[in-house]
This record gives sequence, C-alpha cells and structure tokens, in this order.
Amino acid sequence: MKRPKTLLALSLALCALVSWAVSFAGRSGHPVNAYFLYVAYDVGISIILAVSLNLINGYTGQFSLGHAGFMAAGAYTAGVLSTHLGPRLIPLLGGDSPFAHSIVFLTALLVGGLAAALTGLLVGVPSLRLKGDYLAIVTLGFGEIIRVILQNTPAVGGSRGYSVAMGYTNLFWTYGFAMITIYVVMAMVHSTYGRGFLAVHDDEVAAEAMGINTTRYKVTAFVTGAFFAGIGGGLYAHSKQFLNPSGFDFIKSIEIVVMVILGGMGNTAGVVLAAIVLTLLPEVLRPIAGYRMVIYSLLLIILMLTCPQGLFASIGSGLRRLLRRKTGVSTSPSTHG
Amino acid sequence: MNAPGQLLVLEQCTIRFGGLTAVSKLDLAVSERALVGLIGPNGAGKTTVFNLITGVYQPTEGRILFDGKSIDGKRPYQITEHGIARTFQNIRLFPSLSVFDNVRVAFHLHVLSGIEHALWRGRAFHDEEAAITAQVLEMLAIFKLERFRDTPAKSLPYGDQRRLEIVRALATRPRLLLLDEPAAGMNPTEKVELMSLIRFIQEKYHLSILLVEHDMKVVMGICEHIVVLDYGVKIAEGNPAAIRSNAKVIEAYLGEDSGSGAPNSQSPP
Repeated sequence: MKRPKTLLALSLALCALVSWAVSFAGRSGHPVNAYFLYVAYDVGISIILAVSLNLINGYTGQFSLGHAGFMAAGAYTAGVLSTHLGPRLIPLLGGDSPFAHSIVFLTALLVGGLAAALTGLLVGVPSLRLKGDYLAIVTLGFGEIIRVILQNTPAVGGSRGYSVAMGYTNLFWTYGFAMITIYVVMAMVHSTYGRGFLAVHDDEVAAEAMGINTTRYKVTAFVTGAFFAGIGGGLYAHSKQFLNPSGFDFIKSIEIVVMVILGGMGNTAGVVLAAIVLTLLPEVLRPIAGYRMVIYSLLLIILMLTCPQGLFASIGSGLRRLLRRKTGVSTSPSTHG
Repeated sequence: MNAPGQLLVLEQCTIRFGGLTAVSKLDLAVSERALVGLIGPNGAGKTTVFNLITGVYQPTEGRILFDGKSIDGKRPYQITEHGIARTFQNIRLFPSLSVFDNVRVAFHLHVLSGIEHALWRGRAFHDEEAAITAQVLEMLAIFKLERFRDTPAKSLPYGDQRRLEIVRALATRPRLLLLDEPAAGMNPTEKVELMSLIRFIQEKYHLSILLVEHDMKVVMGICEHIVVLDYGVKIAEGNPAAIRSNAKVIEAYLGEDSGSGAPNSQSPP
C-alpha cells in the first residue's frame, strides 16, 4: 500500500462506474437480475460489518458481541430519517432529482453512523473496564438491550417492524462505504499511532507502561467500529426496506464475529474474504433447501478445523507450501520423500 | 526532604492490601543520574514499590514526588509521560508485534500526529513516520537487535527479549528507568554483559536507574547506593560496602557468606 489515498479514490471511481453501468443497463431494457444485486449488497454490507468489528475484536483484542446492536441503531436512525425527513428535505434540495436523493441518503447514512457511534460510546465507556469473556457478556447484553428497546418502541413499529420508504441502496453506496471502511481501518492500524491498538491487544499493562492511554484506544476502536456498523445498518435498511428488531439479535452479532475469526483476527484481507464467502455460502446452498443450514454449519466447522489461523493465512501458507514443494521437486528430484 | 538534584522521592509511603501492609512508611530518594539498587528477600515488597512509583497501585498513605511534582494518583501512562519507564520482572513485550514495532509503539509519546494524520496520510505524517523509523532502526543497531527487526518478539531468544524490553523502555525517553530483576534467568556471561549494558545506557541517555535485583554480584557491581527492604520496611541503606557488613541485612537477607554470588536464602543447594 504505497499510495492508499489514490487506491481509495480509484476504487471509489470503479464502484461508481459499475453502479452506473448497472443502472444504465436497467434503463435500456436489460436489467441485471435483482436477486444478484441484493446478494451483492449483502456481501458489501457484510464486509463493512466484519471489517469494522475486526478493529475492535481483532486488532484491539476487545471481544465484543454487540455489533448487531450498533447496526440496529444505525439502521433505524437512517431508515426513520430518510422516511420521515426525506420527503420534506427533497423540495429544499431542488425537487425530485438524483442529486437530492443522494444527499438525503448520505445524510441518513452518516447520521445513522453517528447514532451508532454514540451508542458505542455509551456502551463502551462503562463496559471496556472489563476484559475477555466478561466484556463479551456485557456487550452481548447491551446489544440485546438495544434490540428490546426497539421492539418496544411503537414509533418505529415495535415488534411488527418498520418499513423504510426508499430503496436507496445501490452498488456505489454499498461498495463505496466498504472501501472507506477498509481504508479507515487499515490507515489507522498502519501508523505509529495505530500500533497502539495492537499493543493494547498484546499486553495492556505493558502498553500503559509505554505511555499508551489504553482506555482511550479501546474507546476509539469501539466508537469507530460502531460508526461503520451503523453505516452498514443504514445500507441494510435501504436495501431490505423493512426492519425487524429480531433481525438484529445476538445471532447476527455472532455471524459477524465468525467472519472475523474465520478471516483471521486482525487480518483485514482475510476478514474481507471471509465476509464474502460466508455471505455467499447460504445463497449457494439454497438449492438443497431444508439441509441448507446444516451444511452451512458443517462447512463452518470444517473451515475452523482446517484454517484455525484464518482463511487467508491458511490459503497463503498453503500456496507457499505448494510452491515450495513444486520448486523443490523440480530443482532436486532426489530429495523428495 | 526534597533536596536539589533528587529526581524521585517517596515520602512515608505505605500501601495496605486489606490487612497486609506490603510497604510501610518507606522513604526513598533517587538522585539525578544515580544508580540505586533495591534489594530484599522474596515478598519484601520490591515490586510493589515499583508498582507504586509507576501508578499501578496508589499509596494508602504518603506521597511520591518526581522532579518536585506529585505523581501519586496518576495513571501508569501519565507517569510514563512524566519520564519514568520500567521493565517487568516477567518479561512483558508485545509478543505478536515485531521487534521493530515493539520499539515503535514506545515512540508513541513523542508522536505529534494522531489519528487524523494517520487517516489523511499527508506529508507531515510520512515525514514523521520516516523519522520514527530511522530512530527505531538506530536504537536497534545500538543494541544489536537489528537482525531481528521483523521477528515477532515472542520468538526472540530469552536474553534478547530482556534487552528488547530495556530498549523499548528507553524509547519512551525516560529520565528514570526502573529495572525489575533484569538479570533473572540469565547465565553468568549474560549477567556480565547486562552489567555493562546498564552502565552504558546510564551514560548514554543520562539516566537515573532504580534496580531491583536478587543477584548480589550485579547489584554490588553497579549500584552506588543500595536500599534494603524486609517485610515492606526499609532496614538499611548505604553504599555496597556498608550494606555488605550491615548486621541487619546479613540476618534478613545476605546470610553469613555474603558478598559473592546470590544470597544463600535464594539458591537452594
């Protein structure tokens, strides 16, 4: 990563181009299969969620099980905002134009992200005094509290769910924010400042002794992670257009945690790969209907057993081993065995 | 009590854990550029004294002054900011980080650019990162660790791990360095090397050093001033010769055949 900013700009441009091509194809009578598009949104949202959780769980080593809660905070905030304030904002922005809608959506997403970040701050400050299993339990509790609050708030539909008016989510926003999430996490971690996150992960006492304000680092990781979970939630809200509190339960949190663990804690490339694989897997297995989740779970177990260091690390070392064997055989055929 | 030239002063420091008084009414002073040894039998409260100074524990009574300013009640990272660095009795490196990154993390205090610079990656950020890289590499070269640059700290040989911990502490640019049993687990050759290393860093970085150590050869060999603790109470203080002949110290710690090697209470036959 020599020029990360250029890389980010290029990938954003690519997202815009692909997104424009898809909508152009739709307008000219050759629409892209909607199912594939929605799966693609799911994959992008999973990347955002997994990479942001990886900052907390992987790099900083604070085992959080509340990511679905932050996602819910962002999803509801963004959904309510675009549904209620959108119609009022659009005339102010010069009427029904793509530009006006984009502004409304971007605002909704960012406010959703900020709401999630604020929730992250409120949850993080008291609970980050705890470590390991205890922190996991407390964040799990907080995630459930957020869900139950939503379930009992009639203004957002309670347990009946909430319909989001606009299906704003498209490839550009989804993958644009996925790229931004990856960039932010990588840029933070790859700096002298950011090595502090890894130091906190490795040994908190030693980190403090090196002058690192561990509380501040942990809260920073938590708030940043929650912010992007909120963005992911906002994208989810405007993709599904229907929010149900039970979609943000701890199973959802665990799904994201599994992506982080399978990707390799603190390995962004691996986590992106795992997010893609684990989101596509249930879709690929759709034809076998009833046994789908059984096979999915079995594959998870097999993956965990065979790639304990994470998907990416295992593929990397596997390739290396393969290459070495090949080259070894070709240069000195007498030494095999 | 705060005489000029005294960098660290503990005044009547007491800490109790429930009914146990781990350190009782301790007066301790470390002058500018002094090398002070803190010795005593196991459980005498030596490491507790370190933990008091570095803010891991707060004194129940008494106060701690560093450079004339009170530092008790501050958190460990704030105390490091004031200029006190430490090593740990059981090595506490960042095991998964490379040797390079272990030292780089310690430069943290002297990094001007924070999170916003890391995200923006402008010229200021790159200049500072380059400067830090140069300084880390220079330190690794001085302490002959540069060949381990990209090795994870956990796979370093034991002696090198100890050395790296000292280098990492030095990278915070302390005025006072606290070494907690740096010779533990070292063989006689390594101990000799360690002694010259400690003298070297004290000269080069103009440090005051407070040293907890069981090995009498090391302590007597390099310390100008020695403080002896027993059951949390200071029982003697003075230069190596005076300590060696102090009746109380011999009874509590050194044993009859003192002055050479480890105290007999520490080394089973």
